[in-house]
Amino acid sequence: MFENLSNKLDQAFKVLKGQGSISEINVAQTMKEIRKALISADVDFKTAKEFTSNVQTKALGQQVLTSLKPGDLLTKIMKDELATLMGSEKSDLNLTSKPTIILVAGLQGSGKTTFCGKLALHLKNKHNKKPLLVACDVYRPAAINQLTVLSEEVGVDVFKEIDNKNPVDIANSSISYARKNAKDVVIIDTAGRLAIDEHMMNEIGTIKDQVKPHETLFVVDSMTGQDAVNTAKSFNDTLDYSGVVLTKLDGDTRGGAALTIRSVVDKPIKFIGTSEKMDGLDVFYPDRMASRILGMGDVISLVERAQQQFNEEDARKIQKKIAKNTFGFDDFLSQIQQIKKMGNIKDLASMIPGVSKSIKDTDIDNDSFKGIESIIYSMTAEERSNPTLLNGSRKKRIAQGSGTNVQEINQLIKQFNQMSKMMKMMQGGGKAKMMQMMQGNNMPKL
Amino acid sequence: MALFDKLKNIFTGENKSVKAVEDNKHQLESSLAKTKKSFFEKLSKKVIGKSKIDENDLDDIEEVLITSDIGVETTLKIIHNLEIRVKKDNYINAEDLNTILKDEISNLFNNEDSKDFIVPETNDPYVIMVVGVNGVGKTTTIGKLAHKFKLAGLKVVLGAADTFRAAAVDQISIWAERVGVDIVKQDMGSDPASVAFDTLQSAKAKKADVVIIDTAGRLHNKINLMNELTKIRNVMHKIIPNAPHDVMLVLDASTGQNAIEQAKQFTAATKVNSLALTKLDGTAKGGVVIGISDQFNIPVRYIGVGEGINDLQLFNSKEFVNSIFNN
Repeated sequence: MFENLSNKLDQAFKVLKGQGSISEINVAQTMKEIRKALISADVDFKTAKEFTSNVQTKALGQQVLTSLKPGDLLTKIMKDELATLMGSEKSDLNLTSKPTIILVAGLQGSGKTTFCGKLALHLKNKHNKKPLLVACDVYRPAAINQLTVLSEEVGVDVFKEIDNKNPVDIANSSISYARKNAKDVVIIDTAGRLAIDEHMMNEIGTIKDQVKPHETLFVVDSMTGQDAVNTAKSFNDTLDYSGVVLTKLDGDTRGGAALTIRSVVDKPIKFIGTSEKMDGLDVFYPDRMASRILGMGDVISLVERAQQQFNEEDARKIQKKIAKNTFGFDDFLSQIQQIKKMGNIKDLASMIPGVSKSIKDTDIDNDSFKGIESIIYSMTAEERSNPTLLNGSRKKRIAQGSGTNVQEINQLIKQFNQMSKMMKMMQGGGKAKMMQMMQGNNMPKL
Repeated sequence: MALFDKLKNIFTGENKSVKAVEDNKHQLESSLAKTKKSFFEKLSKKVIGKSKIDENDLDDIEEVLITSDIGVETTLKIIHNLEIRVKKDNYINAEDLNTILKDEISNLFNNEDSKDFIVPETNDPYVIMVVGVNGVGKTTTIGKLAHKFKLAGLKVVLGAADTFRAAAVDQISIWAERVGVDIVKQDMGSDPASVAFDTLQSAKAKKADVVIIDTAGRLHNKINLMNELTKIRNVMHKIIPNAPHDVMLVLDASTGQNAIEQAKQFTAATKVNSLALTKLDGTAKGGVVIGISDQFNIPVRYIGVGEGINDLQLFNSKEFVNSIFNN
């Protein structure tokens, strides 16, 4: 029953295929399908209605002016509309004040504490800041411990007062602590709360009044349904937040809530959470998200991520090794790790236009490399740098160590040999040779 | 054993004082009513003063159902059935419509009344495994459930098999302490299947009545993490045949249509046989469980209506539907 939005839109566009122009009848039918698709993606009922009627108006107006196929034209109009709806450009944090105070709020289980850890790491690494994490969730069991563990993981300080049950006090003291200790950003984690819980909403309102944050971020689970409208509105009424954080986007939800929130409160989405790991935080690009929803791929994000992770120097070293024929399993391993650093493989692949549909049901997880890694980890340093050493008894030992069998090890060695052979040929400019190899013996002799 | 039976009766609510039951009901109704006044209120306005249901009315009903997270497919199914009935009866007023709508929705719930877990009198502990995506309230639900069992006089052991999320073991340990039950745990990062194994072994040795295994939240599209869950499930019967006896999927009431995919994938990985719907004390309506119940035939057993130790209630489909409609 559940299909993602792009798939549904693909279906919707099929109705239009083969039709020469956009007429009122075929648009109406398609718009109905699109509305259903948007609602199934958890876009708010009214937002979906408004959106489709806007698209319809624009589509009919443009009919005569273009020679594009109706489906292509509609895709373009929809993409533009979606991007407009989600804000036309990306929105950064305002980090000019010292210290910059960031208040983080949201419902229970939306991912506030995890986000705080990620944000601290992001500001530390990408903005060269010295963040302070502040533990103001005094209610949920072990919430303070959770933030403490994360602060250690990302290497920033945490401010907590274990015996103090008053989050307003804790928030206040944290600011003077930050000033004394030269922290440039203060990230205040708060307890999850329901929008209708007056007492708790007053509490966070008071925190905001007293610490006067420069940024107030509303954290929301991307899987949220129709309730996103109510919650986003109520939190905005109390906090007038400056931005939204959309979490758990590595799930298979299309995140219709993003559209809803953007349209009902008119606040920018500043970050998205894309994994449970601390580096799983991305800046939100509205146009890219629009493309992604429409299944048009996200090439820019892919290229950027690749650039971030691939170190040119390392690449040169590897080339040298290949040339000298000293490319070993250690190098193979580091290549795998570089790919993994880029993030979830399926994520990456889905950014390539045309791919997202075909890999929908395929399992490509970073853990797919686990088998290979454990085999390599079970080798001695000598074996890794000199794969020819691997004889029967060594293979048996490695199989035992890695919980695999000799067959799997043979397969890995075979793949490894093929790969290094190919790389050597590409290096040596042996294009003709490679062609020969690829075509095997079937190549007619001239 | 008479004493044991008595305890069981207390637990299953058969011996509960009428007052306690009434209190429970009021609490549910008030917590649901607070947030769910919208549905029939809206609908009544739509159909009041009209003697017939026309296209526009059906559209309005569609809107009301959709905004309760009931979903396109299930909504269309309900509307379709409604249209057939309306055609047949030809004349319908608001009151009839109310009844018919409730009927149609109730029909989609296969479970009549949910019951507490019935712990059979065997030598082995009864094992419940709790699964779900991140942040739905698994650990909190386990704490409340353990409290329920404890009140019923049963000996409970918790298994802290979320060894992944920061401070997850601390969180469930605090609950164990709060409720006053035993807990089996290992270091963070250790193999969750091994924690489950240890927990069952320890519970068996202690002659515990119930074991509840907590697991790390995971998104259902991460195949390797789902495989890990299958492994945790499969390791248990090595200690206790047929364990786990129940796999409970926890769903967040504010989740939209993605909950259907969650139910599907978690069922495929762990054979889910009951649901808990959490955070129903908020503004979210949780309508997606109607479709889940219809499609997968998995009963909703509990609802979570607060963060307190007593805020776990038996799900009652009639009350649930009524609470959406009546106001």
